[in-house]
Amino acid sequence: MIVAEQKPLDEIQRMIAPYEKVLILGCGTCMTVCGAGGEREVSLLHSALRLAQARAGSNMHQFSEYTVKRQCDPEFIALLADRVREVDAILSLGCGIGVQVAAEHFPDTPVLPGVNTSFMGAVSELGVWDERCAACGDCRLAETAGICPITRCTKGILNGPCAGTKNGKCEANKDIDCAWILIYERLARLGQLEKMRRYYPPRNFRTIPRPRRLVNLVKADMGEEHG
Amino acid sequence: MAKSLFEEKLNSGKFIVTAEVGPQKGVDCSDMVHHIKLLKDKVDALNVTDHQSSVMRFPSLGGCLLVKELGGEPILQVTCRDRNRLALEADLLFAYSRGICNVLCLTGDSIDVGDHKEAKPVFDLDSVQLLRLIRTLESGKDMGGNDLKGAPQFCIGASVHPAADRIEPQLIKFEKKVAAGAQFFQTQGIYELDSLRRFMQYASQFNVKILAGIILMASVRMAQYMNENVPGVIVPQSVIDELASVEKGKGLQKGIEIAVRTIKAIKEQNLCHGVHIMAVGRESVVPEIIEAAGL
Repeated sequence: MIVAEQKPLDEIQRMIAPYEKVLILGCGTCMTVCGAGGEREVSLLHSALRLAQARAGSNMHQFSEYTVKRQCDPEFIALLADRVREVDAILSLGCGIGVQVAAEHFPDTPVLPGVNTSFMGAVSELGVWDERCAACGDCRLAETAGICPITRCTKGILNGPCAGTKNGKCEANKDIDCAWILIYERLARLGQLEKMRRYYPPRNFRTIPRPRRLVNLVKADMGEEHG
Repeated sequence: MAKSLFEEKLNSGKFIVTAEVGPQKGVDCSDMVHHIKLLKDKVDALNVTDHQSSVMRFPSLGGCLLVKELGGEPILQVTCRDRNRLALEADLLFAYSRGICNVLCLTGDSIDVGDHKEAKPVFDLDSVQLLRLIRTLESGKDMGGNDLKGAPQFCIGASVHPAADRIEPQLIKFEKKVAAGAQFFQTQGIYELDSLRRFMQYASQFNVKILAGIILMASVRMAQYMNENVPGVIVPQSVIDELASVEKGKGLQKGIEIAVRTIKAIKEQNLCHGVHIMAVGRESVVPEIIEAAGL
């Protein structure tokens, strides 16, 4: 899933400063799971902003709050038209995609990002998320025992570890495992070390032109058929 | 015909000695010129480092040109950290056009260890891919498959870490570098000979020259700092204890003694094909090391 963290309160206050009526807009999918911008965080941020305003002796802003099921989906965003008409700006706690979908849908309303979208990752323990996929568009996990060197090696190199690894850790950060030591160990365990001995040519960055678009008409048709 | 003087020396069977000079941060090249003049006739080739430890400096290409101008034999260190494949290819074409025909292919230290921590790390290629890129250029093609007007010819090398704490994955990579065309290897720092001996028992099956890396230690603090902060460097406790055993101010002398002793042992026991002396800022004592080691 997509992982993000909420921006510091003072940065959010600076962003919303010019606007009187602000809708704090949460997202019910990834941002809820990673605790950056679900219903709970929307409510907490709402309280924090109101409290900060009261402390400053100001009543400049009027806040409203709402959480949509998926901010990245125009169908859900469209349902917000009435609420958005009532405000001067949207403070989105959706990921960067949610912010942009809302901005495209409401061309006359400023949409401000309340979170820093960080990466695609998984929970490794309660409250800790680790990046696992770089969405490179050219998945090599079959060759690397299900451990992604593009994401998890700081250099994203393809032909084995650099010489900077010590105690199984990365030279860039002693708290992070060297991806290539992990790959080596797992390939050895699976009896597949020949995959590491193979030469891997340079990455083809043409497979990932930015911005990317995925067209899958078959699935879209099936979706219509199945209602 | 040999592609360079250095390749000729590598093939001659003699015990090879290389050293390195590190470019300064800035345009005053006087120290580097001094070190090049001091070392050029005492070694078989001089490496010029490429933003060593990810610290921005005068470029290795510029340093190699100076080595050439002053009559020395340069080894261009090229890392993949700062240039994509177009920039790497262009630099290599330029190097060859100016008579710089030896290249050490490195992945490059992480941006995070250097002094430009906010820079974008490139790593478009890795060290194995860079070796192959050079062989591609030699075939008269660039990486896009286009014809070159005039193809370069290089003597190419890479690094290997015989004392790595997990040696097996390093050996897999070593073999990939050999297969990619590496002719010589300059190793990470060697402080005890057992790991080098074990590595050479394995590496001798390949037709490549191994030059043992000798990093000059000037003090206990430097050894501890390098262990903590320099990627891949593992200074054993015995060496740290030895450096600690001398009175203050005598650390460099002790470090020279350790370097000389290590080089002598490598040569006398015929452990590998030569040594690569990395003095890390104390190039002025390298002639003393070379002389004392009887090279």
